[in-house]
Amino acid sequence: MDQERSPSATAQAQRTGVSAVGLVKSFGAVKAVRGVDIHIAPGEVVALLGPNGAGKTTTIDMILGLSRPDAGTISLFGMSPAEAVHAGLVGGMLQTGSLIGQLSVRELVTMVASLYPKPLPVAEALGLSGTAEFADRRTDKLSGGQTQRVRFAVALVANSDLLVLDEPTVALDVEGRRDFWEAMRKFVTTGRTVVFATHYLEEADAYSDRIVLMARGRVVADGPATEIKARVGLRTIRATLPGADHAAMAAWPGVATVEERGEAIVLHCTDSDVALRRLLQQYAEARDIEVRGAGLEEAFLELTEDHEEVK
Amino acid sequence: MSGAVYARFELLRTVRNRRFFIFSLAFPLVLFFAVASGNRHAIVDGIKFPLYYMTGMAAWGSMNGITAGGARIALERTAGWTRQMRITPLSTRTYFGTKILSGYLIGAISIALLYLAGTSLGVSLSASGWLTMTGLLLVGLIPFAVLGILLGHLLTPDSMGPALGGGTSLLAVLGGAFGPLASSGVFLDVVKCLPSYWLVQAGKSAINKHGWPAQAWIVVAAWSVALIALSVFVYRRDTGRV
Repeated sequence: MDQERSPSATAQAQRTGVSAVGLVKSFGAVKAVRGVDIHIAPGEVVALLGPNGAGKTTTIDMILGLSRPDAGTISLFGMSPAEAVHAGLVGGMLQTGSLIGQLSVRELVTMVASLYPKPLPVAEALGLSGTAEFADRRTDKLSGGQTQRVRFAVALVANSDLLVLDEPTVALDVEGRRDFWEAMRKFVTTGRTVVFATHYLEEADAYSDRIVLMARGRVVADGPATEIKARVGLRTIRATLPGADHAAMAAWPGVATVEERGEAIVLHCTDSDVALRRLLQQYAEARDIEVRGAGLEEAFLELTEDHEEVK
Repeated sequence: MSGAVYARFELLRTVRNRRFFIFSLAFPLVLFFAVASGNRHAIVDGIKFPLYYMTGMAAWGSMNGITAGGARIALERTAGWTRQMRITPLSTRTYFGTKILSGYLIGAISIALLYLAGTSLGVSLSASGWLTMTGLLLVGLIPFAVLGILLGHLLTPDSMGPALGGGTSLLAVLGGAFGPLASSGVFLDVVKCLPSYWLVQAGKSAINKHGWPAQAWIVVAAWSVALIALSVFVYRRDTGRV
């Protein structure tokens, strides 16, 4: 990573804020990441979407310089991860972790802020992260959700060019999740590059410019959120409806396939909203209606099957 | 960057960790009063007992405090906080340096309290005697500061208490903090290779005004270098994998 860079290579590196090429990482016999390429332009908000075990956290750890790839290179704004971290260009929220004790929330955030060259004002970080109202409480006297918010404050106060969040909402309830992303929206202004890992398609869709879909240690799809959503976001509608015209239903807009299960029908939908309206309009007698997101896991597995050379 | 603010909060954390702080200071102090006050006029090794015991307890207390200070890294590792710090511009040097500094804070307070306790039982030394003793104690603590950091990477928070309490007490006993174990023979030769022996001797050497012999400097330096090398190895292993 220390080799001389030609001027054009440097320009390339700057254009791609984050650039990871050919990343490979194994833990013993487990191949966690097997050849991942990710390029993120400055100012882009990218979601790493995938089920557990997809290699998201391993990839993020390598981007942050927390673990060394077995093969492949990473450049952050034209620097090695260690250089970028040292220059204070990186802030992040790791997947697991609690806080150190014997400090108030405000003191902890101040302590972290002091390490960065151009931190956010502490009060601003506390406000954005929703920690201001318990800023004087000791960090070991917080609830799980509050702890998660403080960890967010710690990541925000860095005011870094690159913000990396590994499953930031995993410990939050629905309301906390909404607050979190609202705060993120306020924070992500011009020029800030954000990478976040999630296994919620909805989050990836709502808050990212682009989704990098990972499964089994590989990137299986990379594109605008809408495109990825269309590929994996299938929903099913299930209803008890004896004597329905299955063939006609299969032709409805928003319906991909129809399945018959005794008295019930299952519609696999590309757009469940459209399909459901049509269903209710045409068959007012339909009962026990359920709308379910297709298991992401299943969708991922389907997608990965084409990519699987070796089992 | 500004390591000063970081260090200030680290020291604040050390002082605020009341249970840890009080216990590491209280035990040597209580033991000193319990044992020394009844033997105020006894003579051991040609030295008045309170003075003798004060130096032993100062060595044990500061050794205990400084090792435990570094070993608190185990808690921060378990909490994932060390990983969080590794993605900030905080340098490894500042991180460990600050831990050593806070360990020395406890060690220095422990020494100062025992000096006060000693004085209250009639211990008196010349100014240069106090200074030499303090200086040698602080130097003699270096291997224990490093040992703390090493243990912080090897222990889990669960095993920390017994490992530290037992380990430092054993080293202190062998080093003669609670009274000399041997005055000659092979056993003494072995014990003289321990850094804790020379830590206890820091006080004695100052009293006898002859300072540390060359062997003391060699033992302390050798243990420091070996423990630093081991710590670096363990740290690299730890951070390379995780």
